[in-house]
Amino acid sequence: MKADRPVNLELTTISFPITAITSILHRISGIAFFVGAAFAVWFLQASLSSPEGFATATAAAEHWLGKLILWGLLAALAYHFVMGIKHLIMDTGIGETLEGGKLMSQLAVLISIVLIVLAGVWVW
Amino acid sequence: MVKNITSFTGNGVADWLVQRVSAVILAAYTLFLVVWFLALPEWSYEAWSGLFAQGWMKIFTVLAVLSFVAHAWIGIWTATTDYLKSNTAVRILVQLAVILVLFIYLIVTFDAVWGV
Repeated sequence: MKADRPVNLELTTISFPITAITSILHRISGIAFFVGAAFAVWFLQASLSSPEGFATATAAAEHWLGKLILWGLLAALAYHFVMGIKHLIMDTGIGETLEGGKLMSQLAVLISIVLIVLAGVWVW
Repeated sequence: MVKNITSFTGNGVADWLVQRVSAVILAAYTLFLVVWFLALPEWSYEAWSGLFAQGWMKIFTVLAVLSFVAHAWIGIWTATTDYLKSNTAVRILVQLAVILVLFIYLIVTFDAVWGV
């Protein structure tokens, strides 16, 4: 490979197709959930420890910051879930063309937005 | 073929399969909890601890957290080996930190369901 071949890795000048954007968001939502799971694990431990712990965990989840974290967790989970189902469908050979991939990505975004809004309604 | 010692199984196809199986388990656990919450008349300690007091729910939760650890590790391993390429020490340190966090999640979840 020639060392001086022209490359463009200037992220701000590259126009990303929807499939690239949904793919990187799948990774970001996974990492976000991994980080946010600390809250979920803490909540599980506290809420199951005793009635007092349950009250503390519930109060934390009802605090505005807790609600924001909860919604963030649910949003990341919803998007990651929908994209995961998309992967499983594509593993069976469905939607593997360029057009199919685009359509599946658009559907995934649409379904995720609906689920994320519903999660927000449920939290607040 | 390059054998990658830090990947979950050391084999790409096996990692791929573990990622799918763990995803299906996590999806089932998620759907179950969502349905349980939506069907719940009132959020209370009795209802919540009563759910986790049952043996099958403890097993389901342990299965889910084990799946989570495997799933998160395979995903984050893929992301770290994609993006943290120039400095091996940094990549290994990040990966070790992730393993430590996953281990804490595992222990705390075990402790949470054991106590109920």
